[in-house]
Amino acid sequence: MDLKNVASLTFFCPEIILSATILLLIVLDLIASSRRWPAALALIGCVCSLIVSFDLYSAEPGMLFHRMIVLDNFSIFFKVFSLAATILCILMSIGSNEIERVHEAEYYALLLTCALGMFFMASSSNLLMAYLSLEMVSLGSYVLTGFLPHSRRSSEAALKYLIYGGVASGTMIYGMSWIFGMTGSLDYSAIQLALSQEGINKATVFIAFVFILAGFGYKIVFFPFHMWSPDVYQGAPTPFTAFLSVASNAAGLAIMIRFFFPGMSKVMASGDWAFTPGVEWPQVLLALSMLTMTVGNLCALNQRNVKRMLAYSGIAHAGYMMMGLAILNNEGLAAILFYTVVYLIMNVGAFLVVGMISNVTGDEDIADYRGLAWRGATVPAVCLTIFLFSLTGLPPFAGFMGKFFLFSAVIRQGGAFAVLAVVAALNSVISLYYYAKLVKTMFLDSPTAEDKQITLAANNYTLLLPLTFLTVLFGVYFGPLVQYTHQSLRFFVK
Amino acid sequence: MQNILTYMTFIPLAGAAVILALPNNAKLVRWFSAIVTVPPLLMAIWLFINFDRTTAKFQFVEDYHWISAYNISYTMGVDGLSISMVLLTALLSFICIFASFGIEKAVKGYFALFLMLDAGMMGVFCALDFFLFYVFWEVMLLPMYFLIGIWGGPRREYAAIKFFLYTLFGSVLMLLAILALYFTVEPHTFDMRILMAQASNYSTAVLPLWPFNLWGWGFQHVIWMALFIGFAIKIPAFPFHTWLPDAHVEAPTAISVILAGVLLKMGTYGILRVNFPMMPVATADLAYWFLGALGAWNIIYGALCAMAQKDLKKLVAYSSVSHMGYVMLGMASMTTQGLNGAVLQMFNHGTITGMLFLLVGVVYDRAHHREIEGFGGLAAIMPVYTGATALAFFASMGLPGLSGFISEILVLLGTWQKYPVLTILGASGVILTAGYLLWTIQRVYLGPPNEKYLNMAEINGREIFTLVPLGAIVIVVGVYPGVVLDMLRTTLDSINAIVIPHLHG
Repeated sequence: MDLKNVASLTFFCPEIILSATILLLIVLDLIASSRRWPAALALIGCVCSLIVSFDLYSAEPGMLFHRMIVLDNFSIFFKVFSLAATILCILMSIGSNEIERVHEAEYYALLLTCALGMFFMASSSNLLMAYLSLEMVSLGSYVLTGFLPHSRRSSEAALKYLIYGGVASGTMIYGMSWIFGMTGSLDYSAIQLALSQEGINKATVFIAFVFILAGFGYKIVFFPFHMWSPDVYQGAPTPFTAFLSVASNAAGLAIMIRFFFPGMSKVMASGDWAFTPGVEWPQVLLALSMLTMTVGNLCALNQRNVKRMLAYSGIAHAGYMMMGLAILNNEGLAAILFYTVVYLIMNVGAFLVVGMISNVTGDEDIADYRGLAWRGATVPAVCLTIFLFSLTGLPPFAGFMGKFFLFSAVIRQGGAFAVLAVVAALNSVISLYYYAKLVKTMFLDSPTAEDKQITLAANNYTLLLPLTFLTVLFGVYFGPLVQYTHQSLRFFVK
Repeated sequence: MQNILTYMTFIPLAGAAVILALPNNAKLVRWFSAIVTVPPLLMAIWLFINFDRTTAKFQFVEDYHWISAYNISYTMGVDGLSISMVLLTALLSFICIFASFGIEKAVKGYFALFLMLDAGMMGVFCALDFFLFYVFWEVMLLPMYFLIGIWGGPRREYAAIKFFLYTLFGSVLMLLAILALYFTVEPHTFDMRILMAQASNYSTAVLPLWPFNLWGWGFQHVIWMALFIGFAIKIPAFPFHTWLPDAHVEAPTAISVILAGVLLKMGTYGILRVNFPMMPVATADLAYWFLGALGAWNIIYGALCAMAQKDLKKLVAYSSVSHMGYVMLGMASMTTQGLNGAVLQMFNHGTITGMLFLLVGVVYDRAHHREIEGFGGLAAIMPVYTGATALAFFASMGLPGLSGFISEILVLLGTWQKYPVLTILGASGVILTAGYLLWTIQRVYLGPPNEKYLNMAEINGREIFTLVPLGAIVIVVGVYPGVVLDMLRTTLDSINAIVIPHLHG
């Protein structure tokens, strides 16, 4: 199926709904003045878009808008994922003190714009489209990071993010221009065809791909493009940090998978991918993956701020997920998809508790968590413990299954990848230290006189308990989710 | 009694969930936990009676699909090796609930975590699916971390995280090894019975990689080592033992009992359950150095360390390191006596060390310190207590007529046939053990009474209640070891028969 503009619109409903919601938010903001409606409207828009997205699973996969956008199970998976992350972020924002101080309608409009950009990131099959979608998400993210008025940290974070993002996307588009120069095309499959011809300089292709990788790398947050993340995580409003940590990372993975796998490689019957130009690609990814997880975990060890710690932990998790890319097969990709879902649940859960506590204490220092369990916040402390141990990868929590599938995909590949598996396994041990340090602060340390009692309203638990439940559920009963991720690995090529 | 093993595992877990819902009444929570551990204990006795001692097959097997896509199933079952450990777990869990009645801080949390720990331990010994085994193995860590970390002594945070990090380090290696085995068998499965049956599939061809080519190691050896490190940390074998004294000293009494009585056994249990039958060639190649020599070294090193301790609990902790050395030494011999002695030693060490820790707990509750030099003449003040201690000490020392003697002599008899030098080293450990134990008795219990403790209360009814079952077992097994040995023999012979053909010379 290869559709022209007008015919494509039928299959473009989720995006249209989101765009309409964004416009409505902006327009209604000029008229209405009540406080609660922007969140509600954004939520309704997302839910409608989610329902319509699910509906598209039954549609025939194909290319839309003159081969600019792909519609297949993979893109729908990430659409659903981005919407789920957005919905969680909206729900978190409703209960957050930080967001109350800002102009809400604009906040939600920008958030949905990011989500919309992520839709395109997952489904673009054209270099130009890929670049524009990446920029769309980035621009929204810069503004949202600096959205807290009168917060120097927030402004500083936004500026840093902007500079890093600018450099990274500049590098990326430079790489793209090389590809365009060599092949004369922006379309993925045309590029793949041209690159597999004789007479193409492999080294040039390699360098171009490394440049492009910079752009993806900064979104996925892998080494050495990770420097922005701790500052941004710390400075941004907590609900948006949660969104950024899962959705931005996942969208980066989506665009990278789309580009390198169905775009530049050919799948074989065994589920292995053959990378077209014969560049030694797995080694680069393997090294980057090991470096990313090790750097992330080591830097996280001595953090004093919970959000910064989670930022470094996020870098480490990006490293784990890249293991699935390096082995170049479908088993690895399915493991990545599974991991993104699990990571969404546990990481948003962790940020949710962080947000709840900072609503009361006003800060995110680890020291503020001293004796939390004995200060009237036992349930959040227990939930955060579950999320943290799940992030470590301990059974019976979902994070263990995520790691289990990644490890099993890597081990199955065997050979040099066994080293990768060992490095990753040792990294989980390192990560236990800093996750457990926070647990220790909450449970093992006794509160001192200056630590205030924490009282939380019941509505705080409406999101927390379901997320905790899911973290445990996917740790013991994960069959349907595994099946779903495998089904989502159907790419449409040509 | 279908699904009896599942009930034994999950009744404590259900109990833990109920405790969280109970009102905050310490007395109610304590007695409820005690009641929860009774059904598993009764079921354990039922198992003991109905267990078929003539077959090496797994009994009371339960097999359900869990995740069909990955061929992960929920499989439970016991054989002669695991049933002794299941009995020990059920008994010690029951006893330790009573030993925990003195806990005052966050009572609900303590007992809920304790019951979770109970479920995890039971699951490890019953699981026949490697995935399930791993899940139970890890599930145990979380409650243990909190039990040491929240209810422990002054340096509890350090001890708890050290225990956690060491064990996790071992278990991630184990996870990788499990996955490697999983992908080697066709069709891929985690079922331990199939993994054992396909033992010949695990390649022993030397890997063309440094340093494995230097040592002549194949895939099987590497996997053996990865699993062994995971298990050795639990045993704890030198040089991975350093978490143990810290954890023991800081843990509350009941948790020390569980730690020494059950958790350490998981290491040797794992080696016998997994390394021996699944990787017989590697076992035959590596047993001498990594089980035998290391075991002998554990015996001597542990005993020497124990001799140097000033803290009574640390002394008992190091004596555990020493006594677990006998288990490793016995296993390495691959003889009937050696293996039977090793598993019997696991069982006996569980009961004897359990008693020792309970007894140390008694005096600590009264004096609030455990300095060996700080007492003296307790025999005159607490005669009943001293009598019980003497029984435990002599059992630990290997006095004939008590259970410790039987297992140690079996181990040494078995080892003598294969490794005379190691046997002599191991036997010299008996002298060292007698040395530090008698010296301790002399310093703590004999001599003129310490003025400070003249009014110390004699051991009370609850404490005696926790000691009596263990003491009775120590005497019964010492007089008639067949009670336990009959259960083990057939299974251990069949495990041994897998390895023996691969032994050199």
